[in-house]
Amino acid sequence: MRVAVLSGKGGAGKTFVSVNLAATAKSAVYIDCDVEEPNGRLYWKPNIESETPVSVLIPEFDAAKCSGCRKCVEFCRFHALIFVKGNPMLFPSVCHSCGGCSLVCPENAVMEVPRPVGTIEKGARDGVHVVTGILNTGEESAVPTIKAALCAGGDDDFTVIDCPPGSSCGVMESVKDADCCLLVAEPTAFGFHNFKMVHRLSVLLKKPCGVVINKADAPYKPLEDYCAAQGLPVLLRVPYSERLAELGAAGEIAVEHDSEIAKAFGGLLSAIREGALS
Amino acid sequence: MIIAIPVDEGKKSICVSFGRAPYFLIHDTDSAKTEMVENPAAEAQGGAGIKAAQLVVDKGANALITVRCGQNAADVFKAAEIKIYKAFGSDAAENLKALAEGKLEELTSFHAGFHGKA
Repeated sequence: MRVAVLSGKGGAGKTFVSVNLAATAKSAVYIDCDVEEPNGRLYWKPNIESETPVSVLIPEFDAAKCSGCRKCVEFCRFHALIFVKGNPMLFPSVCHSCGGCSLVCPENAVMEVPRPVGTIEKGARDGVHVVTGILNTGEESAVPTIKAALCAGGDDDFTVIDCPPGSSCGVMESVKDADCCLLVAEPTAFGFHNFKMVHRLSVLLKKPCGVVINKADAPYKPLEDYCAAQGLPVLLRVPYSERLAELGAAGEIAVEHDSEIAKAFGGLLSAIREGALS
Repeated sequence: MIIAIPVDEGKKSICVSFGRAPYFLIHDTDSAKTEMVENPAAEAQGGAGIKAAQLVVDKGANALITVRCGQNAADVFKAAEIKIYKAFGSDAAENLKALAEGKLEELTSFHAGFHGKA
């Protein structure tokens, strides 16, 4: 079973929920798809087993073969190629690695060569396999590194996917092959706004959903009403507590230190496994 | 010398955006002729700066007068040896005059692009 944890708004508690859920499962795979700032590993402190580079293919032009016909430049719908002084010129960060330029070249002058964009770090802590996607600084597209992280995670029985914030391509990629979505909501106007966005995305992708309300000091009526109207099960409410904040700041996994929160996450895990998401 | 200027719908004032400008004014100082061309990149999904730069290159321009310019387009102009000048005010004709009189400064700082973020 693959559970994607997402929230829209950053700082709602995706990593908190993902890490504690996987730790509760004991035998699990945790995949950090928040490749721009992968911080789940700060809690796991895994023994690193491997570090594998992630590359995308970009074109390289053989000037001796190129006739200057511009077919590749005209074909590129992403405008990653330009024709200057008789030669095609590439903007690597704009290239989507579609390979179209090499297909349309009548002179066979386009070679596809790898360009590194990130790293996949694999490690373990007790029974949990920790897979971390790390995007190179300055890279514009997170998707290739997310794909590689999901692929490296394999098909173990219980997998928790820690998604990036927002609701764009990187989130869609992270959620695409999940069996269900766990939506972490923050009871604030901003949190609720983004929560609705990721809920709509999950519905569009036909994923069963469940809700965790984090930092839940008091019921936030618009959120409660929305969940009730949409038939969204609220599986866990985590009240704001100084103790949890302290454990988080110290890089500790809360369920390993606090029996009350361990029990709460035990209930969440059972609910997910019993198919309480809808 | 051929000079390119991104202009607004009215085709007289300079457009603050280079890549998304609706038109480009192309002025040939030798023949004193001015041409208006539609910018095919105005509604491009991405890479607008690069596509607009291709138009400027293909028109054989030697100079560009613009309010601002992204890094990708600036790289194209560097490769194509096209000089970029910083526009003053908003009147395209006055800027052509100012360039002829040597009063325009070269643009040296480029933005990283907005890429849907702004």
